[in-house]
Amino acid sequence: MTVAASGVRTRGAFLALAWSLALVVALVVIPLAVWLLPGNAAFWVSLAAAALVAFTAAAFAYGRRNNGALLVAPAVALLVVMNIFPLLWSLGLSFFRYKANSVQPPAWLGINNFATVLSSPDVWDRLRTTGLIMVLTVSCQLVVGFLLALLFEKQFRGRRVLLMLVLTPMMLSYVAVGAFFRYYYEPTFGLLSQFVRLFTGEPFLLLNTPWGARAGIVFADAWMWSPFVMLLVLAGLVSVPAYLYEAAEIDRASWWRRFRTITFPYIRGLLLLALLFRTIEAFKLFDVVFLLNEGGPGTSNETIALYIYRQSFQYNKTSYATALAYIMLFVVVVLTNLYLYAVNRRAREAA
Amino acid sequence: MAARVVSRDVRQARPGWAALATVVSLIYFFPVFWIILTAFKTYNDALAVPPQWLFTPTLDNFFSVFSRAMTYQGAAVDTGFDLFFFNSIFIAMTSVAIALVIGTAAAYGFSRYPLKGNDTYLFIILTTRMLPPIVVIIPIFIMFREVGLSGTYVGVILLYTAFNLPFTIWMMKSFFDELSREVEDAARMDGSSEVKVFFKVCLPQVIPGLAATAVFGLILTWNEYLFALLLTGVETRTVPVAMGQTIGGAIGVRWGLLAAIETLFLIPVVAVTFLLQNQLLRGVTFGTVKR
Repeated sequence: MTVAASGVRTRGAFLALAWSLALVVALVVIPLAVWLLPGNAAFWVSLAAAALVAFTAAAFAYGRRNNGALLVAPAVALLVVMNIFPLLWSLGLSFFRYKANSVQPPAWLGINNFATVLSSPDVWDRLRTTGLIMVLTVSCQLVVGFLLALLFEKQFRGRRVLLMLVLTPMMLSYVAVGAFFRYYYEPTFGLLSQFVRLFTGEPFLLLNTPWGARAGIVFADAWMWSPFVMLLVLAGLVSVPAYLYEAAEIDRASWWRRFRTITFPYIRGLLLLALLFRTIEAFKLFDVVFLLNEGGPGTSNETIALYIYRQSFQYNKTSYATALAYIMLFVVVVLTNLYLYAVNRRAREAA
Repeated sequence: MAARVVSRDVRQARPGWAALATVVSLIYFFPVFWIILTAFKTYNDALAVPPQWLFTPTLDNFFSVFSRAMTYQGAAVDTGFDLFFFNSIFIAMTSVAIALVIGTAAAYGFSRYPLKGNDTYLFIILTTRMLPPIVVIIPIFIMFREVGLSGTYVGVILLYTAFNLPFTIWMMKSFFDELSREVEDAARMDGSSEVKVFFKVCLPQVIPGLAATAVFGLILTWNEYLFALLLTGVETRTVPVAMGQTIGGAIGVRWGLLAAIETLFLIPVVAVTFLLQNQLLRGVTFGTVKR
């Protein structure tokens, strides 16, 4: 009995030691490899070191009968290789002068990239554009989504089929939405232009002015994502117990009072979730703008994501772009944190 | 009188409500409807002024999606869309399948054997999915170029597996969290091993959840544009990238062809929105909102 127990203990101690050793080796080898070896070799050496850590950690977890760690390990390993490692690498890059198309080795710049980004009027201009589009599209989505939800709150024949029609835009690809709104906005044969021409007799060039193009982008994006808000609000509306409405009807409560005191408390939490989720998505807005008119006219509707894309893949200012990308990452992390806080608070209230 | 009012179901719509809902839904669906209509138009009909409501429908656009051959002013043009369709389907299915295996295991772990700092792990995992694609893609683009993975199936599938994994974990965890633990405990009492509890008790109960997760993963992967734009090569190009290039193409945009591609994709998507209406909320919020 004691022999077996001590055997387990020494094996456990050995596995723990192997794991810590592997971790130390990896922490020494990976920076050295990235520093000294060419990119290709550095990648494989880093990967081998990471695999060693993962393997010893899994052995350690198995020795400890830690099922949780074992089950989670493959997913965490893949995310580390495909997400965490690249993100750390780009954080490193943002402290250097580095151009992806140049053979020159990266040169240390310290926080200069961040200083350049934050003092650049272009960046602030793109942030303003993004903020403007974000506010416009999210508020449109909330209003339209809310109205649609009120429409579908009631039970009637054919509700399921009509709901399917309204929910379809959300499942389309951004490319399809961008491409087809470009087609609808086209000055000669586009539906919108032809419709306007019935009244004015002139072709209508919506995408040629900054505000027109902005309206076009907001319309396409809000059309695509209002069903999302509808879906969340609808979930709240359906969860209101019917007896509350019945009681209100006996009391002859006005529509507004009934909405404010009964309906709204049930949808408040979901409305907040919809707002936060759509804000995060709108902050990342890229595809629709890119495919509709490349952020034009000029750069008047270039969102921050599109700006980073241009800086890094057209002008090859790679490290400058990664510095800006990190600022964007920080904003999204904060917003995601707020979102999950709202999710958890809602779950606690329901419990 | 009052009794009659109370007995009426408050959610039953007034007469006329269905008519209003129909009109609103049809207006909302109109842009999609026009895409479908355009798919059956010839090149000239698609560009007609005024717009053609009544026209002789043609299936040419659908044929040119798959036959590669398309005539443009007498000259044959290679569309290549049969390859792009194969790529999109192959890449989406493979990455979703791998993500489903790894992700379901992780979700079960997070749900049943919470680790120290469980919520932190879950938060980081969700964050990697919420990050703007442009932020993630710059280092991966350089990394893949160095390693020689860019433009290969392996690289794209790896990336999309990582892209689908957070979604799968959050979705499947929300399904596992809903199961009642009593059944599992009863199975353990009867001497079932942990492995058997997972395969014989838990997994069969979440089959609908697995199906919903797979379908949403497929749609998300199929629709993805930026990663595919930067990481696929000539041979691995996916449909959205090819569509984007068609728009910028030199021979004039083939709206009928684009509409045909989108219409083909619409059929499964519309079927999904109809059949999985109850899972839709969970699907679009990455499993964070159940109802």
